[in-house]
Amino acid sequence: MIFIKKVGNQSYILSKPVNIAATASIVGPKEKEGPLHQFFDQCLEDEFWGEKSWEAAESKIVKETVNMAISKSGISSSEIDFCLAGDLLNQCIASSFGLRETNIPFIGLFGACSTFVESMIVGSCFIDGDFANNVVCSASSHFCSAEKQFRFPLELGNQRPPSSQWTVTGAGSTILTKLGTGPFITTFTPGKIVDMGIKDANNMGAAMAGAAEDTLISHFKDTGRSPNYYDAIFTGDLGHIGKDILIDLASSKGYNIKSNYNDCGVLMFDKTKQDTHSGGSGCGCIASVFSGYVYKMLQEKKYKKVLMIATGALMNSTSSQQGESIPGIAHAISVEV
Amino acid sequence: MDWYMVLKAFITGGVICIIGQILIDKTKLTPARILVILGGLGWYKYLIDFAGCGATVPLTGFGSLLAKGTISEVKSTGLIGAFTGGIKAAAGGIAAAIFFGYIASLVSKPKIKKQ
Amino acid sequence: MKPIQSKEEYQTYVDQKTPNSPILKNCFNAFWVGGLICAIGQIIFEICKTRGIDETNSYTIVSMILVFCSAFLTGLNIFNKIGKFAGAGSLIPITGFANSIVSPAMEYKSEGYVMGVGAKMFTVAGPVLVYGISSSIIIGIIYIIFNTQSLILV
Repeated sequence: MIFIKKVGNQSYILSKPVNIAATASIVGPKEKEGPLHQFFDQCLEDEFWGEKSWEAAESKIVKETVNMAISKSGISSSEIDFCLAGDLLNQCIASSFGLRETNIPFIGLFGACSTFVESMIVGSCFIDGDFANNVVCSASSHFCSAEKQFRFPLELGNQRPPSSQWTVTGAGSTILTKLGTGPFITTFTPGKIVDMGIKDANNMGAAMAGAAEDTLISHFKDTGRSPNYYDAIFTGDLGHIGKDILIDLASSKGYNIKSNYNDCGVLMFDKTKQDTHSGGSGCGCIASVFSGYVYKMLQEKKYKKVLMIATGALMNSTSSQQGESIPGIAHAISVEV
Repeated sequence: MDWYMVLKAFITGGVICIIGQILIDKTKLTPARILVILGGLGWYKYLIDFAGCGATVPLTGFGSLLAKGTISEVKSTGLIGAFTGGIKAAAGGIAAAIFFGYIASLVSKPKIKKQ
Repeated sequence: MKPIQSKEEYQTYVDQKTPNSPILKNCFNAFWVGGLICAIGQIIFEICKTRGIDETNSYTIVSMILVFCSAFLTGLNIFNKIGKFAGAGSLIPITGFANSIVSPAMEYKSEGYVMGVGAKMFTVAGPVLVYGISSSIIIGIIYIIFNTQSLILV
């Protein structure tokens, strides 16, 4: 058996590049105050958005983002073959509750904060393998529902350590199609689970940086590309600390990514004005930054080749209470025009 | 009003809070664990005599209140006192926290931290 | 930088990359806010004393008033801002104990008044009660067995 699409150890070149027909992004009020606010389709005024609970608000964000992406693409929802989505809440309820009325076959995904790129990889495979013509991919997170599930009640008067990150309230959604004029997903590198032995749940960037490094270098080795092949390389939510660590780790292996690399969690908030400590995190971080900022840059041809590496911390509050270390994962896709 | 006592309460309470802050920043213990540790350390009648509310208001005072209540109840009623004395002495604070907590949940909703 | 070989080496490297909490600033804020709360308590105590209330009841009244203030500020969504500024200064006094009961009660309201508010109220403060009350019972039993004079000092 010959895998004709596989190159090297774990990278794949699509035989027919998959078209990204449209994207949509909706973010919360704190993200609205951030430096990228003009790139998002909609910024909410409050985190409840008229709902009774944080969880219901997150579901509404997912629903509206997916609907907005579908209507922007001009494809009727009956022609969409799959909906691939995930989030951080237990059993992915934000996605399943938000999408229960869409009437599109639904495949729920979980890759912690790497879910967005994971959904685009799976969607690209469906399209390249002739299982689908049109696929919608989505991922979301909500600051308040994440704090409630993973940390403390919002009103508790505790201090956040400087290495902690701020979960992004928001969602991003993309429509992948077989035909179109680009931007195109051309290659992807699914990541391996990498455990660097970090146990501090307030330092996710450090826990995930090892996985990001592993995927990044595998991608370069497998495809024979070098960092300057890309106009820009983005990781999902390593934050300020994780970003510095990844630059160091990559340079120790002989890859200099300093000039064209940035992190979506770093871009999302203004560190000095917004007091978000190490930067943004959550599924919604790379999802909304890609759907808002990066996609528009690609459309305007300011970037022509972009590598997106979504990073995730594969843990929950039980595992960290039981003293387990935090395994990380990172999935990469290259998007080109 | 005994202002010298108020000053002593200010300084003693402040120093206990500094110890708590160092525990939080240096040990990565969560606030819940800090509260347990400090609550268990309340062996300090002398400090209460010296600083009044400076020693009773911090959580260390909660531990000492429980211990003191237990001992005095044991003296009057024996073994049963070991079980009834502690909570009896601390009942005011605990009951108030439960009751006002319930009221607050009826009338108020959580809001996002602006920072 | 040399490539990192082991998990221990990585942990050392991460510790050196991670900024420390601004401990001097935090301690200063903790000191004056914590001290202020205790001083307010002492003023209430002195007022009680001038009205002829005995010492034990005065301390209880101080606790209850501070608990009420903390619950009130938590309900107004203000306490978490004070807590962020003062850290242990508002956490260690009984105001922090009250906040740790009121905040989950508000947060889990969306799961209903029985299984939400009622059941989740002690998710943060529960351990304090469990260990505080358990250790006080043990102290009582030790006192019965040994009846030592030294324990009277407690």
